[in-house]
Amino acid sequence: MPASVEPTTVDPIRNGSAPANTGTDATRSAPGAKALRPHAEDAFAAELAALAAQDDRPRPARWRLSPWAVATYLLGGTLPDGTVITPKYVGPRRIVEVAVTTLATDRALLLLGVPGTAKTWVSEHLAAAVSGDSTLLVQGTAGTPEEAIRYGWNYARLLAHGPSRDALVPSPVMRAMAEGMTARVEELTRIPADVQDTLITILSEKTLPIPELGQEVQAVRGFNLIATANDRDRGVNDLSSALRRRFNTVVLPLPETPEAEVDIVSRRVDQIGRSLDLPAAPDGIDEIRRVVTVFRELRDGVTTDGRTKLKSPSGTLSTAEAISVVTNGLALAAHFGDGVLRAGDVAAGILGAVVRDPAADRVVWQEYLETVVRERDGWKDFYRACREVSA
Amino acid sequence: MPGTGAAAGRRFEGDGVTNVDGPDRPGGGRPAGPLLLGVRHHGPGSARAVRAALEEARPGVVLIEGPPEADPLIPLAAEEDMRPPVALLAHAVDEPGRSAFWPLAEFSPEWVAIRWALEHGVPARFIDLPATHTLAWGRGEGDGRVDGPGSGAAPGAADRPGSGDEAGAPEESGPGDAAPAAETRVDPLRVLAGTAGYDDPERWWEDVVEHRGVGEGDALAPFTALEEAMTVLRETYGGGGHDRDLVREAHMRLRIRAAQREFEDGVAVVCGAWHVPALRRKATVAADRALLKGLPKVKTDMTWVPWTNRRLSRVSGYGAGIDSPGWYGHLFGAPDRPVERWMTKVAGLLRDEDRIVSSAHVIEAVRLAGALAAVRGRPLPGLGETTDAVRAVMCEGSDVPLALVHDRLVVGDVLGEVPATAPAVPLQRDLARIQRRLRLKPEAAERELELDLRKETDAGRSRLLHRLRLLGIAWGEPAASRGSTGTFRETWRLRWEPELSVRVAEAGVWGTTVLAAATARAEADAAAAQALADVTGLAERCLLAELSDALPTVMRTLADRAALDTDVGHLAQALPALVRSLRYGDVRGTDTAALAEVAAGLAERVFVGLPPACAGLDADAAEEMRRHLDAVHGAVGLLGDAPAPGHGSLRARWQSVLRTLTARDTVPGVIRGRSVRLLLDDGELAQDEAARLMGLVLSPGTPPADAAAWIEGFVGGGSGGGMLLVHDERLLGLVDAWLTGVPAEAFTDVLPLLRRTFSAYEPGVRRTLGELVRRGPGARGSTTTAGSGIPGFAPDLDTARADAVLPVVRLLLGLGGDDGEARADLARAAR
Repeated sequence: MPASVEPTTVDPIRNGSAPANTGTDATRSAPGAKALRPHAEDAFAAELAALAAQDDRPRPARWRLSPWAVATYLLGGTLPDGTVITPKYVGPRRIVEVAVTTLATDRALLLLGVPGTAKTWVSEHLAAAVSGDSTLLVQGTAGTPEEAIRYGWNYARLLAHGPSRDALVPSPVMRAMAEGMTARVEELTRIPADVQDTLITILSEKTLPIPELGQEVQAVRGFNLIATANDRDRGVNDLSSALRRRFNTVVLPLPETPEAEVDIVSRRVDQIGRSLDLPAAPDGIDEIRRVVTVFRELRDGVTTDGRTKLKSPSGTLSTAEAISVVTNGLALAAHFGDGVLRAGDVAAGILGAVVRDPAADRVVWQEYLETVVRERDGWKDFYRACREVSA
Repeated sequence: MPGTGAAAGRRFEGDGVTNVDGPDRPGGGRPAGPLLLGVRHHGPGSARAVRAALEEARPGVVLIEGPPEADPLIPLAAEEDMRPPVALLAHAVDEPGRSAFWPLAEFSPEWVAIRWALEHGVPARFIDLPATHTLAWGRGEGDGRVDGPGSGAAPGAADRPGSGDEAGAPEESGPGDAAPAAETRVDPLRVLAGTAGYDDPERWWEDVVEHRGVGEGDALAPFTALEEAMTVLRETYGGGGHDRDLVREAHMRLRIRAAQREFEDGVAVVCGAWHVPALRRKATVAADRALLKGLPKVKTDMTWVPWTNRRLSRVSGYGAGIDSPGWYGHLFGAPDRPVERWMTKVAGLLRDEDRIVSSAHVIEAVRLAGALAAVRGRPLPGLGETTDAVRAVMCEGSDVPLALVHDRLVVGDVLGEVPATAPAVPLQRDLARIQRRLRLKPEAAERELELDLRKETDAGRSRLLHRLRLLGIAWGEPAASRGSTGTFRETWRLRWEPELSVRVAEAGVWGTTVLAAATARAEADAAAAQALADVTGLAERCLLAELSDALPTVMRTLADRAALDTDVGHLAQALPALVRSLRYGDVRGTDTAALAEVAAGLAERVFVGLPPACAGLDADAAEEMRRHLDAVHGAVGLLGDAPAPGHGSLRARWQSVLRTLTARDTVPGVIRGRSVRLLLDDGELAQDEAARLMGLVLSPGTPPADAAAWIEGFVGGGSGGGMLLVHDERLLGLVDAWLTGVPAEAFTDVLPLLRRTFSAYEPGVRRTLGELVRRGPGARGSTTTAGSGIPGFAPDLDTARADAVLPVVRLLLGLGGDDGEARADLARAAR
C-alpha cells in the first residue's frame, strides 16, 4: 500500500491561484510569528470586504453577506466595480446554491463526499463568508468527548468557587450559539454515536441546557452549523436518523473532467515531491494522466469513451489515492529507476489501491486489464507492467 | 439521439393568445378578425390560458393547428374511453411506415381546446396543411425513413402540432433527418429568453408563462404581449428558415377565411405562437392559393393511438420533446400550492419505497425550494429547485432515490387509452399487405409449415413469423423439424386465433409497420430484461427476425449486462447461445461483426472469472461448472475460427486458462480432469504429460474421492473417454494400479462415482476394457515396448494395410492415374 495522504489536504476543486493554497499541508495550530496557512477570512479579507461593500441584497440576521454574495464569493465572479472574486470552489453551481440556501433557512448543512472533494475547504469558506469567522471548529475523532460539543469545566475554578458560568468552558458550538455565528464540525461520522446525538437538541430546539447551573444557552439568530463527513470510509459511526433529519445533505462530487483531476493530481504531487526532496520527473504527466484515467474508469464503472461498462472495485479510488500512487511511483523512479516515471513504477501502487478485497477486486482488476487495457493504443507497456505485478 | 436536440430546439412556440387587436373579439367593437390564440405545445400555462380565453370569448368555432383529415376523429375525444396522452396518427395508406404523430397530453392547449369545443357543442376543426401533403413532402426527400414510432414522422413532413411545431419548426423531421436544417432555424424562445437575460429558454418560459398561475383580469392580455414579441421576432428573422411554414400558414389563412365566412366573427384559432403574426397578416386569397398549388399528394389515413408520458418525454427520443410531462401534468392539474402538493407526492412515493420521509421532511423541502428560488431570482420554485430540495432534504444528497422520483413522477408512468371505435391502426394494414405478398393467409385451422430458408419467400415468411412472435402475436409456433436438421430448415405450426387481431391492435403502440414495431419492441425488451440469458435469447431472436436496427441496442445491453454480471455461470451460459446466434447470422447473411465482438468480449470475461470461480466448489457445483467448461470450450472452438478484431487468439488464451485449472489444487478433481482431457484432445498437451498429471492425481497422496472425480472428469461422460483408455493402455494401467491400491474403507466411497463413469460407456467399449484388464499388466507391456509410435499404437505403419486405402484416397483427391508421383505425394502428405 502506498503511503496514505492526509485526506483533508487534497482539494480537487480548490483554486490554485488562491494565496492560501500554498502549503495546505500544514496544521493550523502553528504557534509563533507568521501562520503557515492563514484562515480563509484573513487570506481573502479584501475580497470579502469588496463583496460586503457592494452587497445591496437583504442579509439574514448576523450574516456578513447576503446569500447571493456568499455564492459569488465561493463561485467567483466580477463585481460591478471591477473587483475580481477568485473562484474558491470550481464545481456545479447548484451545489453551492443549495448549501448557501440551507444555511439561510436555519437548517444545518451536512457536506458529504469521498476524501479529497474539498468538503473542509468549502465549509471553511462558507463560515468565513457568512460569519466572518471560520475558527469555531470541532475536529471530530473517535475520541471526541461530549465536552467538545457542549461545554467543559475549568476544574480549578470549579473547586475554588463552585459551579458558575465563570467556571464553565464553552465549546465552539456553544460560542457560536451565543454569538449567532456559524460553527463547524469536521468528520462528524467519526464522532461516537452518543456524542453525535448531543447535536440533536442543539439543532432542533436551538438551545443548550446547562443542568448543573439550571441555565441554558439559547441560540441567537444567525447561528448555524456545517458538518462534514466522509461517506465511503469503513467503520464510521453512521448518523442516527433523528440527527440526519436535522441536516440538509449536499454531496460534493469528484472532479467532473479528467483534465481537472489530472491538474489537481500533478499539482499536489509536485508539492509533495518538493517537500520530500524527490527529484522532479520530466515526463510524468503522461503517466499521471494514465493513473487518473484508470482511477476514473474503475470508479465510474465505464470507460472514458463511454462504450464499455466495468465493474467497480470496493475501494474508493479517490483523487487522494491517485496522488499517493503517483508520489509513490515517483519515489520508486527516483531511487531505484532512471528518474523518469514509467508504467512499472505506478503499476504496483495502482494494484494496491484497486485490489482491496483479494477475491472480488482481483477479478475486477483482471477483467479491466484484459478487456480494456490490453487493447488500448499506446498502453502496451502499462499492460505488461500490470501483468507482471498482478501475476 | 440526434432528434432530442432538435426537439429541445423546437419545443417552444410561444404562448401568446392573440386577440385580434384588442377590441376585435366578439362583443368588442368591430367584427372581423379571428381570435388568435398563440400557444406553446404541451405548455400547461398555455393550456390554462387557452381555456380561460375561450371561456371569455365564447367563439362559435374553434380552429386548431393540425391535419384537417382528423376532423371526423374529433368527436372521439369526448368518449369515456379516451384518455390522454394520445396521439393523432397520420400514415400513408400504401406505405404505413410513412407516418406522423401529433401527440396530445391532458395539458396540451390543443387538447384543452378540443375538449372545450366538445363540451360546449361548438364545432372544432383542424386547419393546418393536410397530412396528405405533409407526408408526401417527406417522400420527396427520399430519405426513405420508414419506421419508428413517433420518430417516424415522415422526414421533413408534418409539423406535428403536438410535437412538431414547437418553435414553429414545421418541418420537423423524425429525429435525425433534417438535423442540419434544424440547426439553422431560429428558436424564437431562445431569442426571447436571451433578450431577457436567461441562458435557458425553458426556464425563461417557465418563469414568464407556466408559473404565472391563472391571473384574474383579462384572460387575453398575456397572449397579446406574446404576439407582439413574436411579431417583432418574425420581422427580424422572417420565416426563420422554415420555408414550409409559409405554405402551412397560407393554408391556415384560407381555412380561417372560410370559417369566418361561415361563422362571422366567432372564430378562435389555437396555433403555435410563432404562426400568429403570419395568420394576422393580410394576404390575398390568390397569393395563398398560389402557394398551395401543385403540392405533392399521397393517400393518407388518420386515427387515434394511445401514447405514453415516456414518449412525450425527451428522454426516450420521441418527438414531443418535453422532458418533464409528469411535472407539467402536475402543474396543470394542481388546483393551488403546486410545490406543496408536489413535495407531498414525492414523499408518498418515497414512503412506498420504504424510505423514511416524515412530514417534517416535506416542510423542510418546501422551505428549501422556496429559498432556493429566491436565491436564484425566480418567482416560484421550478422543477430545478424542487429537485434540488428533494435531493438535499429527502434523499440525503443521493441521486439514487432521486432517479426514482424522476422516473415515476417527473416523467410519470401514464398510459393513454383510445376508444375501441377508433379506426384501425396501420400495423394491421401492413400485416395484411405482407400476408398477401408472402401468400400466407391467416387461417383458424392449425397447420404445419415447412420453410426452406434458402428460398426468398420462405425466408420472408420466417422473418414475419419471428417478428410477430417478438410482438407477442403468437400466430406461428416453431416446431421441431422432421427429417432434415439443417439450419436452413424451419418448421412452424400456424394457427390464427381471433384474439390475435386484438394483439395486433395492441402492438400498434410499437410502430406502424411490422418491422418497425418489432424493432421498437425488441429494444424495449432489451432495456427491461433482467437476466443476462434473457438478453442473449433476445439477440438470437433478433437475428432470426432480421431486426438489424434493433441489434446494436440489444448488443449494447448485452455487453453492459455481461460487464456487470459477477456470476461466471451466467456468462458461461450466455456464451454458447451467442455463438449459436453467430452461426445463424452466417446462414442468413446478416452482419454479425458486432455480435462477434460482444461474444469475444464475453469469452474474455469468462476466461478471467473462471479460475477463481472454480475454487472451493462442492460436488454438485463442480459438476455444473464442468458443464459450463464444456459449453465454453465448444463456443470458443467455434469463435476461434473467426476472432473479432482486437481479440487476438481466443483459443490460445482459453488453453492457458485450462492449463491454469489443471494445476490448481483448490479446483475440484472433476474440473481438473476435464481440463486435462480438453487440452489433450486439442493436442495442446502431450500424452506423456497427461499421463504424468494422471499419475500425480492417482498417487496415494490424493484422497480417493478426489481422484475418482478426476477420472470422471477425464474419461467420463459421453466424451469417448472409454476409447481413450482402450487405446492408451498406459492410462488404463494407471487407473488399474490406482484402483487396486485404494484402501478398502475408501473403496466404497469411490465406487458410485466410478460406476457412474464407466457405466456410461458403450457395451463394446466396456467389454474391451474388461478384457484388457483381465489380460493383465504383462500383455500391456507388449504394446508399449520401445518405439517411436504414438503410445497405444504399433511403432511403425502397417504398410500393407495403408496401401490398400490409397486407390480410394486418390479417387477422392482427384489425382487420377496410378503414377508413382501421386503415390509419393500421398506418402509425403501422410508424413
